[in-house]
Amino acid sequence: MQQVFSIPKSMKEDFKYTFCPGCDHGIAIRLLAEVLDELGIQDKAICAASIGCSVFIYDFLNVDSIEAPHGRAAAEATGVKRARPEKVVFTYQGDGDFASIGLAESMHAAFRGERITTLMLNNTTYGMTGGQHGPTTMMGQITTTSPTGRNREYYGYPARMAEQIALADGCAYSARVALDSIPHINDAKKAIKQAFQVQLDGIGLGFVEILSTCPTNWHMTPEQAHERVRNEMVKTFPLGVFKDLSEK
Amino acid sequence: MSKNDKVLIKGNYAIAQAAVNAGCECYFGYPITPQTEIGEYLSGKMQELKRGYVCAESELAAINMVIGAVSTGAKAMTSSSSCAVALMQEALSYAASDELPVVLVNVMRAGPGLGYIYPAQGDYNQSVYGGGNGDYKIVVLAPSTVQECIDLTYRAFYLAHKYRNPVILLADGLLGQMMEPACFGEYPYPEIDNSSWELSGAKNRNSRAIYSCAKDEQKQIEHINHLFEKFELISKNETSWEEFETEDADIILTAFGSMTRNIKAAMKVLREKGLRVGCLRPITLSPFPHQRINQLAKSGKDFVVVEMNMGQMFKDVRYAVNGESKTELINRPVGEWLKVEEIVSAVEKIMEKNYAASV
Repeated sequence: MQQVFSIPKSMKEDFKYTFCPGCDHGIAIRLLAEVLDELGIQDKAICAASIGCSVFIYDFLNVDSIEAPHGRAAAEATGVKRARPEKVVFTYQGDGDFASIGLAESMHAAFRGERITTLMLNNTTYGMTGGQHGPTTMMGQITTTSPTGRNREYYGYPARMAEQIALADGCAYSARVALDSIPHINDAKKAIKQAFQVQLDGIGLGFVEILSTCPTNWHMTPEQAHERVRNEMVKTFPLGVFKDLSEK
Repeated sequence: MSKNDKVLIKGNYAIAQAAVNAGCECYFGYPITPQTEIGEYLSGKMQELKRGYVCAESELAAINMVIGAVSTGAKAMTSSSSCAVALMQEALSYAASDELPVVLVNVMRAGPGLGYIYPAQGDYNQSVYGGGNGDYKIVVLAPSTVQECIDLTYRAFYLAHKYRNPVILLADGLLGQMMEPACFGEYPYPEIDNSSWELSGAKNRNSRAIYSCAKDEQKQIEHINHLFEKFELISKNETSWEEFETEDADIILTAFGSMTRNIKAAMKVLREKGLRVGCLRPITLSPFPHQRINQLAKSGKDFVVVEMNMGQMFKDVRYAVNGESKTELINRPVGEWLKVEEIVSAVEKIMEKNYAASV
């Protein structure tokens, strides 16, 4: 019998799934592992993990990892890459880590054009602490710290990172993808792969913003959560490739 | 010029070149007076040698870049000063827990807050006791001359890698900005093999993860105990200090860093006046020479601590003396270094007060 599906070799065989049911971390990590397999870089990859639900990345990936303090993943990845330029270095962060507390590190890694890959899951909330208002919370969105919904007066506007990072001269690739449907998942994998490819080609920093669900804190079923991504989130966070220097 | 020639060099440049000689593969830093020359010097030198160098966007980024670099087994360092070292305390707590060989140079300026650029010794507590969260230990080395800026930079890299523990080289603005003759020699320590733990890619082995996140209470307890057992070993092997004329002394002047120079001069003046005064200066502030101080106190010698802060090391000396003899403090919080004559007259006053009958 032909085996048509297996765990990527970039994933641990004995991992325990610790995310909430319906959370998109599972899909994102699987795609990441498939990309590492397909590019043949698992054995020279080093991950800078972050703080938040994404911290558990090292429980899933069969990849050397270092945990960064909250927001500092891009700085640690920079340190790894500068010390060992021959390695493939990436971060795996949430939107709070990447776009709020770590905005300076994230942006400056892009400005410098570090040859690293940075992945940011955008679920419009601080998931691990129970669903608070964050940098990507959408206008009108109710969270535990925006009880009447995000408004201009108290909270200002959400941050669109894929567009921002694309503006940096050192950014070689920036895209926003979603995981709500098979076509989108396929696009997401291509984007992640390309974000690694620009690193391998030494062009600059690769960035992918991955729209993802947090059914627990959104108080939705997994299906409803994916509908929210598809029908609402993409209005604030349009999907697409905002920069790809490898095309030139 | 050979490595054994004496050169006239500023403390900051001495530290920077010593780091190069020690094999520092990456330097990450952010400017702040009075240590900026370290980054300036290394910006050119590291590029010339094709080593790693980043003008970091902040001290937070700088120390975390060091963490990233040393996690691969590389030698790396950052340098900063007082209020900016305060920003690095979170990362030091992580690095201590993660057992990473971070080397941090702190060329102290005045605090609290922004303070000012004149020299001070107000970061004793920040360095020795740490500003980060949780139970952890940092190794702290305090040079008193430009020569020691070199020697202790070498030692900082060695100890960091030997024990997989962050090390702070605690200098001050006076040393950083002062020129003295010094000799670089060769890096005198053996290279440490990091292959059992460094991140190098999971090739022909299981993946490694370096993290402090503890999901298991019992493992966390064991880990903290392990960190403290390791520090016990460091204390046993590496505690170092210098003594001058303590044998017949009634009073022992104690200082750290560049204040050592003034207590040695004050000791000579007081000796000429017929007072039996000695000096003891810890080279490692952490681990601290508690045992030796206690031993000397038990033999009846009193301690006078001289420092440019409100009495931070004084508390450690008093703890070491443990009531066996008297402890006094001569200090000024910041600014112009306590002059030799000020120390002499303060010691004379203490002697009048404490030994009225015998003087």
